[in-house]
Amino acid sequence: MGRYVIRRLLYMVVVILVVSIITFGLMHAIPGGPFSREKALPAETLKVLEERYHLDDPLWKQYIDYIYNVLIPHVTTTPPSTELSDDFMVNVQIGSVWIRWMNFGPSFKSRSRTVNDIFRDNLPISAQLGTMALIIAILIGMPLGILAALKQNTIWDYFGMGVAIFGVSVPVIVLGPIFVWVFGVALKWFPPTGWGGKPPWVFGFLPSNLGWDFFKYAIMPSVALGLGSSAVIARLTRATLLQTVREDYIRTARSKGLQERVIITRHALKNSMIPVITILGPLFAALVTGTFVTELMFGIPGMGKYFVTSITNRDYPVIMGTILLYAVFLVFANLLVDIMYAYLDPRIRYD
Amino acid sequence: MAQVKLESETLGSAGGIPTIHKRESLFQDAIRRLVRNRAAVVGGTLIIVLILMAVFAPLVAVKSFEIQVLVDQNKVPEWITDIFPTMKPYAQISNDYPFGADYVGRDLFSRIVYGARVSLAVAFIGPLISLLIGVIYGSISGYFGGRVDNIMMRIVDILYAFPSLLFIILLLAFFRSTISDIQPGTPAYALSKLDEAMGGMFFIFVGIGLTAWETMARLTRGQVLSVREKEFIEAAHTIGASNLRIMFRHILPNILGPLVVAETLAIPGYISTEAFLSFIGLGVNPPTPSWGAMISDGATTIRTYPNQTIFPALALAITMFAFNFLGDGLRDALDPRLRGTQ
Repeated sequence: MGRYVIRRLLYMVVVILVVSIITFGLMHAIPGGPFSREKALPAETLKVLEERYHLDDPLWKQYIDYIYNVLIPHVTTTPPSTELSDDFMVNVQIGSVWIRWMNFGPSFKSRSRTVNDIFRDNLPISAQLGTMALIIAILIGMPLGILAALKQNTIWDYFGMGVAIFGVSVPVIVLGPIFVWVFGVALKWFPPTGWGGKPPWVFGFLPSNLGWDFFKYAIMPSVALGLGSSAVIARLTRATLLQTVREDYIRTARSKGLQERVIITRHALKNSMIPVITILGPLFAALVTGTFVTELMFGIPGMGKYFVTSITNRDYPVIMGTILLYAVFLVFANLLVDIMYAYLDPRIRYD
Repeated sequence: MAQVKLESETLGSAGGIPTIHKRESLFQDAIRRLVRNRAAVVGGTLIIVLILMAVFAPLVAVKSFEIQVLVDQNKVPEWITDIFPTMKPYAQISNDYPFGADYVGRDLFSRIVYGARVSLAVAFIGPLISLLIGVIYGSISGYFGGRVDNIMMRIVDILYAFPSLLFIILLLAFFRSTISDIQPGTPAYALSKLDEAMGGMFFIFVGIGLTAWETMARLTRGQVLSVREKEFIEAAHTIGASNLRIMFRHILPNILGPLVVAETLAIPGYISTEAFLSFIGLGVNPPTPSWGAMISDGATTIRTYPNQTIFPALALAITMFAFNFLGDGLRDALDPRLRGTQ
């Protein structure tokens, strides 16, 4: 297992590098630069700006510098400064030596901020939304699927699967405006737009005000985002549970006189969770990128807005940083799912 | 299949009860099961209605979708104020517009009807592109196996790590802003002209196609692997059939079912991707109506004129429902094993 994880981690580095090369190439292939304006800037100003952000370097050098700043830990004796080009995500002091890691560079558009600033302020909001949506997806999806399977071909089953097909058919872009109007404008249950989570972030992403003034903003967008995934979970839970209860070991458990409740919880549910775990990876991916849509629909100040505007502004460091960060999330999520898979099903061995 | 039928015929006559089984191909059998599925029939019918609506849009929607009648800005018919009573105090009534007029006085109904063209085009061409690339890639990888397979699948793995929505946004930004710089006479110029003629749809197809084929390639490869070792393939090899012939005549027809089902179930995803791209302004070129762009236009005034957002959203939802119902039905009909248990 250990060797497998190491192999996967090394492979991940390769994947991320390739992703970064493709993104970097594509991004610079888009005509126009971060400082192209409708009314062109004076040549001297442009030259100074490009020099300052090293945009006059050859592309390969810009790329190498970027990767060097992001990926390679810097060991220096100089402490962190407030300089914009000197903003590292990780700063560890050992004696008089500083180990500093992950400098995603300054943002070209908002001149006073770095990409790390954006990550620090806005990424936690996206993470809160994504986590809430995942919790809601599991809380709705699992019970619905279990109920549908245990009461197969009854009204419960039809209800559960009806909800599920509704969930996969209405994306956030449809649910968003409907929720905003019904619950935000007409019924006035929740504020129609905005976000209530306030810094300082606990554990890096949890809001410090985890009460109603957080949830009243969070509930609507999280349900809108999570409902689609809950449908996927519900359908899969139902299908696998139906298969599991027909297995021989369930019959054995019945024949030795176990209570039905114990059979279901201890034997059937535990075994039917394995395929459900495997889709958590792709599901997580869908939720993570889904936060972009949701944030734009509900006016939430997460990463979504920054990414879309960074593309129109050719804000190279923001584009690169966001795509790389999300790619790392995705590959990590998949690795985690694979490890969990092996843990839940001892028959699976990776070495 | 034929063998089973024969057995049941002999058994039937041996028992003295003459049972007549009409010979059915797998395909007819699937169609019969599909027609018996009520939800699938509803979905299929809805799709046919939508297609007719899109094709005959000029007959369904009499008003123009692009002419702006500025005096009719935000006007609504009376029945809408009954559904959204909050609009009563300020809404200007005009029963000329069945769903109301938008913020520049264009007929919402016409825009929704014409908007079906974009969503349906994506629904049919997206899968075609992803099937074409995915099936060719996956079957080469699965058929030849070994090192070829290894390299080809590692490439797919890497592409899988891309956050696909972010990648599509980047791709479309690239296409959209490169257009103005292209010299006439090059292939790229022809493509950009094609895109212009299609109201901006072409690059959406390319963007979706380029990110959606990976799943198809994986699925195809798996299917090819499971069929490759069967006896009839070996038989084809022994009589000297070429690789290409075996791939397209023997393997492909046997694995097409699951691929078609997977692709049908992926259609709602393509539709919502297009809607999202149009929502953030990277989709079709205005004034071509797209439901996503309409939702985005209306979202700013959702508190005052909810009809401008809710109706295109409903149109989108109904279309996605229809494709989901049909996809589910197709899956059950073509491959009953996938239904879980029965």
